[in-house]
This record gives sequence, structure tokens and C-alpha cells, in this order.
Amino acid sequence: MAHFKKKRGQSSPEVSTASLPDIIFMLLFFFMVTTVMRTATLKISVSTPQATELTKLVKKTLVNYLFIGRPMEAYRAELGTKPRLQLGDKISTVNDIPLFLEKHRLKVPEKLRPGITSSLKVDESATMGIVYDVKTALRKANQLKVNYSAKKRTGDLK
Amino acid sequence: MAKRSTRDKLKQEVNAGSMADIAFLLLIFFLVTTTIAEDSGVLVKLPPWSEEDQQDDIKIKQRNILTVLINAQDELLVEKEPADITTLRATVKEFIANPNHEEDKAEAPNVAVVSLQNDRGTKYKAYLEVYNELKAAYRELWEEAAQKKFHKEYKSLDSDKQRTIRNEFPLVISEADPTEYGDEEK
Repeated sequence: MAHFKKKRGQSSPEVSTASLPDIIFMLLFFFMVTTVMRTATLKISVSTPQATELTKLVKKTLVNYLFIGRPMEAYRAELGTKPRLQLGDKISTVNDIPLFLEKHRLKVPEKLRPGITSSLKVDESATMGIVYDVKTALRKANQLKVNYSAKKRTGDLK
Repeated sequence: MAKRSTRDKLKQEVNAGSMADIAFLLLIFFLVTTTIAEDSGVLVKLPPWSEEDQQDDIKIKQRNILTVLINAQDELLVEKEPADITTLRATVKEFIANPNHEEDKAEAPNVAVVSLQNDRGTKYKAYLEVYNELKAAYRELWEEAAQKKFHKEYKSLDSDKQRTIRNEFPLVISEADPTEYGDEEK
């Protein structure tokens, strides 16, 4: 049986798992870096409605976000309960839209500018008055590609 | 057996075996919390703004216009008659395609116009639901045309063929200025 013993002795040592933590750490760092924490803190509550005819916005850099909704409870004393517009971090009025669009446009390479889309994240309960005003401002600023942000509808209509 | 020297004891390393587990835990945490934030929505193209008076100079025959109104109470009115959102899609499709050549429906799909009106007090949710149905009606019409003409799915057609279909059933949703009813700003 000496023959067998010899073979066992020859067999290669176990695969070293010492590098496993390193590999995992690399993955970890990858996810930590790619995770984008929410950029703007919203002062208004935005819960987008559901729809079925959805288009995905792929190029994030070509999208600017306009939020419309009712102020959150903590800000009601200051802002009231009517639906308001938020651009970036600030509660704004319709008059601030051209400047906001221009600031975003400057960050985009000139070639890609025709592809800029405005994503309107509008709360379900907002009324069309302010939405119409925002749309008019967008039209005046010649920003005609608009995306009404919505969630995928699950279940039937009503 | 020789007694272990103190140096040998010092040499004993901290067990790094659990390191992988800790890293795994962190990794799973990040995997779970990362939402590859995906923004999707109903894409629309707004009409360009013109300073001139917004009055419609172009005369469109009344029978070619389908008037859809959502009032401040979020009630839907199609051609001034109360309607239900669940039947809107079928109504719109029938109006545009007009398969039975009825007198009160569009003469041809390429001259049909859907006029969408709302009040300033209309809830956005109701508006988007209706808009979604209008878009869905057109999408279904395109799909049917693609099946009939090319025996293929609309999506799988090349852009030229898609365009011919879209020209046959052009998506024209004209949005009128909203009325002041239910305005919250005032």
C-alpha cells in the first residue's frame, strides 16, 4: 500500500483562500463607488403615478430633473401646502427654470445637447396648474423633450 | 516535544479567515441597498413655443377632432359625454381607425387629432392616466398596422418601416390651455 501513500503525498496543496478577502474587498469598493446617494434632498414629497407606456432614460448625464409636489410636513410652515417646484436643492419658481436648464446644458458636450431630456417628477396629487406653467416655461426655453416620470403599473387600471 | 518559545507564540498571526465573511456581509449590504436608479416615464415632445397668438388658424373639420376633457373633479369627458377611463383606449382607437367609416369619426387616421383639455385643478394622476391611454391606443394601432402590413412586431421593424406606419397613424395630441377651474394658485 505504499504506492497509494506516495500519491497522497504528491497531491497539490489546497487552493489558498488568503486572496479571497482582497477579491471581495475589490467588489465591495466597486459597489461603494458606484452607489450614487441621492443627490438632491427633496423638500417636497414626490410620488410619481403609474403608467404603462414607459420609456427608459438611459443617459443620466443628459437628463435634468424637475420636481413638483406638495411640501413635506417639516416645511409646511414655511412653504404652505400648495404644490411647489423644486430644482436641484432649492424650492424655485417657474422663472428660475431657464437658468437651471442653461446650467445643466453647459455641463453637456455640445454634440449631445439636442438629446437633453427634462424629467418631470410630479407628485400624483399635484394639480395641472403648476405643471402647465412649468411646461410653458420649458417650451419657452426650447426644451421640448420631456419625460413624465412614472412607475410601471402593476395590476389593472382602477 | 520541545517547549514552545515565546518567539513562536508571537509569530502566531491573527486569524484572517473571518475577513472574507466580514467583507461578504458588507458586500451584500451594498448589493441590497444599491438601487441602480432607473428613471422611466412617459416621453412626450412639447410643441415649440410661438409668440404669435395661439389661435388655431388651421381649420380642422370637427369630425376629425376627438375632444378629451378632464375637469377639475378628475371626471373624464369624451366629446362632451361622460366616459370611463377603462374604455378610453378602445374609443380612441375606433375614432382614429374608423373601421366602419362612420360619419362622426375621423375621415382618415392621418388627419385625426386628439384634443386634450384639462383644468388647472385637474390632478396630475388623472391627467397622466389619460395621456397614457392615448399613447397606448396609438401604440396598439401601430402594432396592428405592423402585423397587417409586414407580419412582424412593430418593435422589430427597421426605422423606415416604423416611420411609414407612424405617418399613417400620426400621434397628434393637441393640448389646449387649461381653464382656470380649481386653480390652487389663486
